[in-house]
Amino acid sequence: MSLRSPLGVVLGRGSAGEGVAHWWAQRLGALALVPLSVWFLVALVRLPLADYAAVTIWIASGWNLVWLVLLLGMMCWHSRLGIQVVIEDYVHSPALKQAALLLNSAAHAVLVAAGAYALLRIALRGVP
Amino acid sequence: MHERPLSPHLSIYRFMYTMALSILHRITGVWMAFGLCALVYWLMSAAAGEAQYGRATVLLGSAPARIVLLLWLAAFCYHFANGLRHLAWDAGLGLERRAARLSGRIVLALALLAFLGTAYLLFCPRAGFA
Repeated sequence: MSLRSPLGVVLGRGSAGEGVAHWWAQRLGALALVPLSVWFLVALVRLPLADYAAVTIWIASGWNLVWLVLLLGMMCWHSRLGIQVVIEDYVHSPALKQAALLLNSAAHAVLVAAGAYALLRIALRGVP
Repeated sequence: MHERPLSPHLSIYRFMYTMALSILHRITGVWMAFGLCALVYWLMSAAAGEAQYGRATVLLGSAPARIVLLLWLAAFCYHFANGLRHLAWDAGLGLERRAARLSGRIVLALALLAFLGTAYLLFCPRAGFA
């Protein structure tokens, strides 16, 4: 049995050939975010968030920085892939679609870079 | 340009509450993407020093900001619970109609419980931000 539609057979264009990598990348991000996001939410609940010293010391201590950088990276990765699919579904004009996809990638790149910079700056300042 | 596959548009189907859950997953995901900006703003403020962090804390602790933060928290709780449901589907589990409808109700209940619990812990006893 062929899974290709009659129209697909006639047009002979086959699949786009790149869906699986995107799909898999989004699931990997989701899997990583399951423990990371729960860890972060528990930390947020336990931290006195208005206390600058407590928050920055927490960011800089032990493995927290590692998990925070990973969390930030995975969130931006998963978010970029998700927004990409939304753009592809709803923006139909090719020029507008390409512009939106480019903006999506750029915005997430800036977010992950700025977040990582902030985290490293807090951690490398030295615990007061 | 490659033609990438599109998700099925919902307007051609009879409405089911599972469809509402599906579109809610997408809406909460897009909404949380904007939350990334707030998270990075918070981190950048902490990196800028104590004075700037104090200003950010006042801003994020204001009443309108609290409502937005609560909406991000709610979106996270739903997207997380429903995301687990999606991962189970991707593993081939729970795809039968009855199972999918039941898991939808379980996801809603879990998300609501998680939201109420974390919202209470974050905002009530020691006023979280302020």
